[in-house]
Amino acid sequence: MKLLEVQDLSVSIHGTEILDNVSFNINESEIYGIVGESGSGKSMTALSLMGLLPNGSKSTGSASLSNTNLLKLSEEKMCSYRGNAIGMIFQEPMTALNPVQTIGKQVAETLIIHGQAKKKEALEIAREKLNRVGLFEEQFPLDKYPHELSGGQRQRVAIAMAIAMRPKLLIADEPTTALDVTTQSQILNLLKSLVEEESMALILITHDLAVISGLANKVAVMQKGKIVEKGKTNKIFKEMKHPYTKQLFSASNHVPERNTMAEETPLLELNHVIRKYKLPRENIFKAPQTFTAVNNVSFILKKGENLGLVGESGCGKSTLTRAILGLDELQSGEIFLEGHHVNAGKKLDSSLRRKMQVVFQDPFGSFNPRHKVGRLISEPFYLIEDRPTGDLLKNAINQALVDVGLNAEDAEKYIHEFSGGQRQRIAIARALIIKPSLIVLDEAVSALDVSIRAQVLDLLAELSNKFELSYLFISHDLSVVRNITDRVMVMKAGSIVESGDTQKVFENPTHPYTKELIAATPRLPENLTT
Amino acid sequence: MLQFALTRFISLSLSLIAASVVIFAVIEIIPGDPASFMLGINAQPDTIAALREQLGLNGSLLSRYVNWVSGMLVGDFGISYTYKVPVSELILARVWISLPLAVYALAISTLIAFPVGLIAAAKRGKTIDITIMGTTQLGIAIPNFWFAMILVLIFAINLRWFSAGGFPGWEEGFLLSIKSLTLPAIALALPQASILARIMRSSILDTLDQDYVRTARAKGLSQRQAIWRHALKNALIPVLTIIGMQFSFLMAGAIIIENVFFLPGLGRLIFQGITQRDLIVVESVVMLLVFAVIIVTFIVDLTYAAVDPRLRKR
Amino acid sequence: MTHFPRTLIFGGILFSIFLLGALISFVWTPADVEILQITARFKLPSTAHWFGTDHFGRDIFSMIMVGARTSIAVAVVAVGIGIALGVPLGLWAAANHGHWLDDFIMRGNDLVFAFPSLIIAILITAVFGPSAFNAIIAIGIFNIPVFARISRGGALSIWTLDYILSARVAGKRAFRISAEHILPNIANLLIVQGTIQFSLGILAEAALSYVGLGVQPPTPSWGRMLADSQTMISIAPHLALFPGFAIILTVLGLNLMGDGLRDILDPRIRRTQR
Repeated sequence: MKLLEVQDLSVSIHGTEILDNVSFNINESEIYGIVGESGSGKSMTALSLMGLLPNGSKSTGSASLSNTNLLKLSEEKMCSYRGNAIGMIFQEPMTALNPVQTIGKQVAETLIIHGQAKKKEALEIAREKLNRVGLFEEQFPLDKYPHELSGGQRQRVAIAMAIAMRPKLLIADEPTTALDVTTQSQILNLLKSLVEEESMALILITHDLAVISGLANKVAVMQKGKIVEKGKTNKIFKEMKHPYTKQLFSASNHVPERNTMAEETPLLELNHVIRKYKLPRENIFKAPQTFTAVNNVSFILKKGENLGLVGESGCGKSTLTRAILGLDELQSGEIFLEGHHVNAGKKLDSSLRRKMQVVFQDPFGSFNPRHKVGRLISEPFYLIEDRPTGDLLKNAINQALVDVGLNAEDAEKYIHEFSGGQRQRIAIARALIIKPSLIVLDEAVSALDVSIRAQVLDLLAELSNKFELSYLFISHDLSVVRNITDRVMVMKAGSIVESGDTQKVFENPTHPYTKELIAATPRLPENLTT
Repeated sequence: MLQFALTRFISLSLSLIAASVVIFAVIEIIPGDPASFMLGINAQPDTIAALREQLGLNGSLLSRYVNWVSGMLVGDFGISYTYKVPVSELILARVWISLPLAVYALAISTLIAFPVGLIAAAKRGKTIDITIMGTTQLGIAIPNFWFAMILVLIFAINLRWFSAGGFPGWEEGFLLSIKSLTLPAIALALPQASILARIMRSSILDTLDQDYVRTARAKGLSQRQAIWRHALKNALIPVLTIIGMQFSFLMAGAIIIENVFFLPGLGRLIFQGITQRDLIVVESVVMLLVFAVIIVTFIVDLTYAAVDPRLRKR
Repeated sequence: MTHFPRTLIFGGILFSIFLLGALISFVWTPADVEILQITARFKLPSTAHWFGTDHFGRDIFSMIMVGARTSIAVAVVAVGIGIALGVPLGLWAAANHGHWLDDFIMRGNDLVFAFPSLIIAILITAVFGPSAFNAIIAIGIFNIPVFARISRGGALSIWTLDYILSARVAGKRAFRISAEHILPNIANLLIVQGTIQFSLGILAEAALSYVGLGVQPPTPSWGRMLADSQTMISIAPHLALFPGFAIILTVLGLNLMGDGLRDILDPRIRRTQR
């Protein structure tokens, strides 16, 4: 049975074309995946179905839900469809709920707004719905506030709100992108079971092919506002007729070519590192509690080695990065770089300082917007005694830019003139310019689209071959770590629970947490990825 | 909640103590000898000595401070040098004009600003919004004492609806007293209402951009319902801060406005204290005003916690 | 940046008129404001006296020109005090976030907020006597926590960004980072707040002079002119109207400028336009 029929949907915002003749059909109780990179128009497709496009948008074409054209409905009529016939959940669970209202009230509101129930009864139904999404009475009474819940739990509340009226169609826009892998797989399982048991169709919008491949019956691949290919998921993924689909696929599981050349000499050595911090006082009568973010971590990174560090958010990997970089004082333990003591929190010797550089995740927050690229990437020269000046400095800047695949002229530009991928190249140039032996990559490719990510990973591999660089590759993304590191360490709650050769750890994990992480990571079917 | 209230209470008590130290230092230490300062350069040494005795200036600084603070705690502010009566009596007679005036003005300001800000936000970009924004822009620029003079000119001198000044006293009847406070309160309130309305509007607009408002819309709430049920309560949080801060401006403003309307309030008392170099009066009234500001801050903090569950935990 | 908002242009013109008047008054005014001419008092506006004359027969237009000088000077110096002391304090507090120093500076801020500038002026005047200098100090002191708070807030949000970490990895200390990376990026906030405090300073100066705690006679000041006019408002309302308009238009001009500057400088708004 056909549920939704989208015909030639085009959307423009203030005259700029966003969607171009998008057409697809969804049957009842079906999971339909829409996949694409940022700017492909996948979220706009969802918002136009909901009638929630930003001001100044114009849409043409039709979107018929059980033979009612949603695009033609009056705002008032549309209100009675939203949350009732179509439910929707969004990407960012931390901000998706009203912070000053209890979760019970927020779920009940869906029912009250649509006249399904009066207050008391609505709260009872809300209780059932919260149970349905796995938030049970004992732990999650109706009078909890959103700030008392974790991201995954908040996303469950959002789902409960969206399914309260048992809509025929649920739209989930990147519902798990902001979540950790283990939470992601739980939420995806929940969505799948809801589709099966509530006889509801699901539009699953994501950038992650692996998520789609494990879940969706049908899929549409979007690029620049168009659907380039659509059909049964198996068929699309097997045949890969369209070059863009093919490109997305190979980029998603890209293995950069690189030589492993780990020597036996240790480059970075951590001995029983402990990093604690004081939590803010709960009240003035209590002494502030301390939190141990890094608990007794020891490891050795050998010269020329690519070492991975994986863990979920809050496991202490960022704190550990800052400690290695010598930014924060340790409470106990020692860090050595090429045999020299890194006296964390104290002034670092400049000869030591220049051996270690860092690339961060956020391509937007990594640069002072008021400086030119040339000045930005030469910042590491600060505090180096023999820093180049004049033409030498200019040459160093040009060389660094060329090394990362940019042009020497880019030194005169400001950072806002570059795309996310280019910015990450500039960040690498900044790390590279003083010829360090170690670069710490803190989620360095996590914010990038898959095809850009593949290019940056290739660049990193190439540079490590060329300059005999070692990487400490810190990420939450297991598949990336698997493809670029020689050895991997798994971190949980401040401790390293397992470490070893990357292939061995991924094929034969021994620690239960590693097993759980690997099992939770969505993967593309093996036979398709070549 | 109780813990939060207690924490804030202690922190604000510390502010109060710090404020009293500052006031004490300015009034009793900087002039050197307050007694000779109050009597002027022509005073006889024995008169100064007598006043020093009366003011208790012969003890150490610490004991004088402790005496002053402990006196205030039981309502003893000392004896006014010029009026020769306890300062507490002077204050008590006048505080019942200044305080009601500030509260009255705050009420008017809030009652006007809330609906006006709400309408402007709901009709963002429409004619009514632009009109409101223009009017409030003008309202902010008007000095309240000038506005008061214009009100007197129009409503008291020309139309004769109100008296041009003075205060009959509460014993003459509530309505009559309120009536004589009405023009001063309006003069104080309108500029503040302009500020508050603008903040109300921008706060609501900020809130409307939040993800949870989009979630609410996805549940089927109309724009209007989303404002009422979700945006409003969240938007109130920053507005409350401003209301709290406005109270201190209104207290200060009341002192000035009393001049225009010849109201025998704290303002008149303090200015007479300054011209007559009656430091005891100045010190006490300033302390009282600071105390009022800090108390209002405390009330705002508690209201905050009532609105925002995230604060109650702390 | 080529497109200037209308509020900025209009506000700028309005304020420039008064600024220009103040500057011209140093070399020329239509009449000498120090000469009293009792015979010519209470004249209504005419071609000889554009805004009429006051109770001493002084030319009101000239007095408003000279008064602009006082108002603008007091407000400029008071904003200067606020920026010179408040911004370093705020940056210092932000650089020491989580440390007791930050707490200490912020509590100090809260304390000053409990003393509106009028109350500070009262305290100062009670001890030192009234003067324009004391008015400047009183308004300036109140400006310190305003700028401290806004620079701390702006700085804190920038301290969390990765480019600060990069600078720290390069070995830069907090002072250098504050000067090189943070100050230029909060300059927008400071300029906008500066215009707002400027206009509040003009209002505060008028109020202080009105109650006799500010500029002393014979120096002309808008607040004093209003105080003098008060008892004569029923017989000569123009004595109150013109200084009032002067204050309103100057403050309005500054506020509109502030709004316009915010539109072009505030990175939040700029980002959404891009």
